[in-house]
Amino acid sequence: MQPESAMTPGLEVTVLVSVGRHPLTGRARRADQDARGVELARSLADAQVRLLHAGMRDESSEAALRGYLGMGFTELSLLEQSEGADVLPALAEALDAASPHLVITGERAERGEGSGLLPYLLAERLGWPLVSGLAAVESVEDGVATLLQALPRGQRRRLKVRLPVIVTVDDAAPAPRQSAYGPARRGAFEATAGPVSADDEWASWHVQPARPRPKRLKIVKAASARDRFKAAAAKAEGGSGQVLTDVTPTQGAEAILTLLREEDVLR
Amino acid sequence: MSDLPRRDPRQEWIARNRLHPRHAEVLQEMGRGAASEWWGPGGLVRRNPHAVGFVGPNGVKRIDRSGTQQGACGGGTATPIAERKPLVEIDAPAFMIAVVPDMAGGRLSGHDRDLFGLARQLADADPAARGAVVAVIFGPHKEADVGEAGIDRLLHLDSPEVAGYAPEARLGALIMAEETWSPRHWLLPDSKLGGGELGRRLAVRLGERPATGVWQVEADAEAATGWHCTARGAAGSLDIRRPLPRIALALAECAEPVSETRHAAVELALPQPLPSTLSRIQDLGQVSVDPSGVALSEAEFILSAGNGVKDWQGFHHAAEVLGATEGASRVAVDDGFMARDRQVGATGTWVTARVYVAVGISGAIQHLQGIQTCDKVVAINMDPGCDMIKRADLAVIGDSTQILEALVTLVAQAREEKRDAA
Ligand SMILES: Cc1cc2nc3c(=O)[nH]c(=O)nc-3n(C[C@H](O)[C@H](O)[C@H](O)COP(=O)(O)OP(=O)(O)OC[C@H]3O[C@@H](n4cnc5c(N)ncnc54)[C@H](O)[C@@H]3O)c2cc1C
Repeated sequence: MQPESAMTPGLEVTVLVSVGRHPLTGRARRADQDARGVELARSLADAQVRLLHAGMRDESSEAALRGYLGMGFTELSLLEQSEGADVLPALAEALDAASPHLVITGERAERGEGSGLLPYLLAERLGWPLVSGLAAVESVEDGVATLLQALPRGQRRRLKVRLPVIVTVDDAAPAPRQSAYGPARRGAFEATAGPVSADDEWASWHVQPARPRPKRLKIVKAASARDRFKAAAAKAEGGSGQVLTDVTPTQGAEAILTLLREEDVLR
Repeated sequence: MSDLPRRDPRQEWIARNRLHPRHAEVLQEMGRGAASEWWGPGGLVRRNPHAVGFVGPNGVKRIDRSGTQQGACGGGTATPIAERKPLVEIDAPAFMIAVVPDMAGGRLSGHDRDLFGLARQLADADPAARGAVVAVIFGPHKEADVGEAGIDRLLHLDSPEVAGYAPEARLGALIMAEETWSPRHWLLPDSKLGGGELGRRLAVRLGERPATGVWQVEADAEAATGWHCTARGAAGSLDIRRPLPRIALALAECAEPVSETRHAAVELALPQPLPSTLSRIQDLGQVSVDPSGVALSEAEFILSAGNGVKDWQGFHHAAEVLGATEGASRVAVDDGFMARDRQVGATGTWVTARVYVAVGISGAIQHLQGIQTCDKVVAINMDPGCDMIKRADLAVIGDSTQILEALVTLVAQAREEKRDAA
């Protein structure tokens, strides 16, 4: 499925994929954001996409990784690591050796610490720029990528960055295609033993399944009992706003427009 | 003169008549200062129970039977809460706690305030050696009194280099702050953009392993920093308990916001101007997105229609011109004028808009529930007594059709002028 572009050296893309965790059952699966990253890479014209995973190889993780192979790949590079190892050195070395133009990762892992630091550490180590929270790659021309970054509230921002670059994928990126069973079974793992470095700090922490966070109580801080009573018995707070009666529609509209301008919501 | 008590029937009559305009004055005179007692016509002591006591600072009448505060009547003007809060000034802080709030829309969000609450917790733990909370704010802000949030020192950076999406320039500024003040802790909101990104960049640059997704911080004498924290890991499915590192990215509601004190918010400045680094990422600005494609729950600006909208064409046109996402009350939906997924309220969507314009909506409790978290509410309504007006920050009383039309004309005019000027 690699595009035949022997003439023009295509865009080399590496997608870092990880083993996800189903939010309800806790079973291993392809990680949602990583799958979106693969989908994003697939949508790039002339791209040579490579999947890279660093981690332990066992039955459940292999099944999860095959989920990515089922998105139209024949092989997946696997840097074998021991349980709970720090995957950063291995990934940095592999990326340094392959030197792709574009590295796509998810925002945070669904297992382990899930701190979302890995792309930042890689960027610092390789000295590449990093763009976070991507919704789409608009174009890649002459070594410059035009990217769409997802902002809160459904907004988008356009950024331009010179390759090579590390990008992380937001949940707003296009949903991943379904994994096809046949290619997933046929795909191969290209395993290499990378450097393994233990993560001692992680081992020293106390980790337990998340317990529900306490709900914040509405505490009324008042100096006197009367204030507390008033706060407890208060209905809709009134009288704080400005009310314009007996104005012409234009005057009313002007007041509204001033507020909209102050709040900077008009574009 | 003689010691005989003299009587003035007219004064006595005024003293008995509470509705007389000179009543209070006469009482004062007859009571020789203490208006609650005077000699009555029959030589008896008369008492006015209404004049006993004084009005306390909260506007409540108090009767002090010890007699020390007799007659200090009236003057129930309560000072505004903000002035009553004690002002805390920390002149020689033992250490610094740096906080970089997100300031979405130029205001401190609830998340930011929680973070300042956490910073205060860290700074005020030892009353003998109190720390100062430094806020680093990028870009212009609209917050009137940042000291209310618990900020002792304010570093406000508003140069063009750090405007827009400039993570590298902002990181440079933070590094400079680190070198100048070397804060004991850096606290940032673990939010999508802004704090979450900047905090990770800072941690990586300083070579610290930060705690991310922190939701609880507790004192712990055994930990190296004196604190340990509980953080969410693995997509929110794990709780990780660890010593609090120098850099922490905290979730919303990690601590109670500061509410009892005011702080000085003394302006700080960096020792030298920011170096003009060449940014590798170029910000081409925000892209205009189709507002109708934005999910109602996360839309920033909503124009919402209720039963008071008569001209639906005009309403849709106004939403388009203003670039607002459309919402509706249940009545507008039930009557078939709007789609069901546009309904705002208890049985519809709970919206989080910064600006919510309610056109012809009466403000039933089921509707108001849905707009609890909105910052600014504008109401356009015919009825000045309805509940929506009470909730609104700005209410315009008038016909919705005409006001929307006027608004559209004004916006179109402004755009025209801008185009001509350009
Ligand atoms: C179980 C339950 C759940 C509900 N859930 C929801 C919900 O999720 N969301 C919701 O919205 N409602 C909900 N409702 C309905 C709610 O109680 C109200 O009936 C509804 O919100 C009223 O809608 P309205 O304000 O548009 O209409 P009205 O109450 O009819 O108000 C119309 C307003 O428009 C004004 N007006 C009239 N003509 C004009 C004009 N020409 N120009 C300007 N103003 C004008 C009037 O003064 C009035 O204030 C629920 C009700 C129940 C019982």
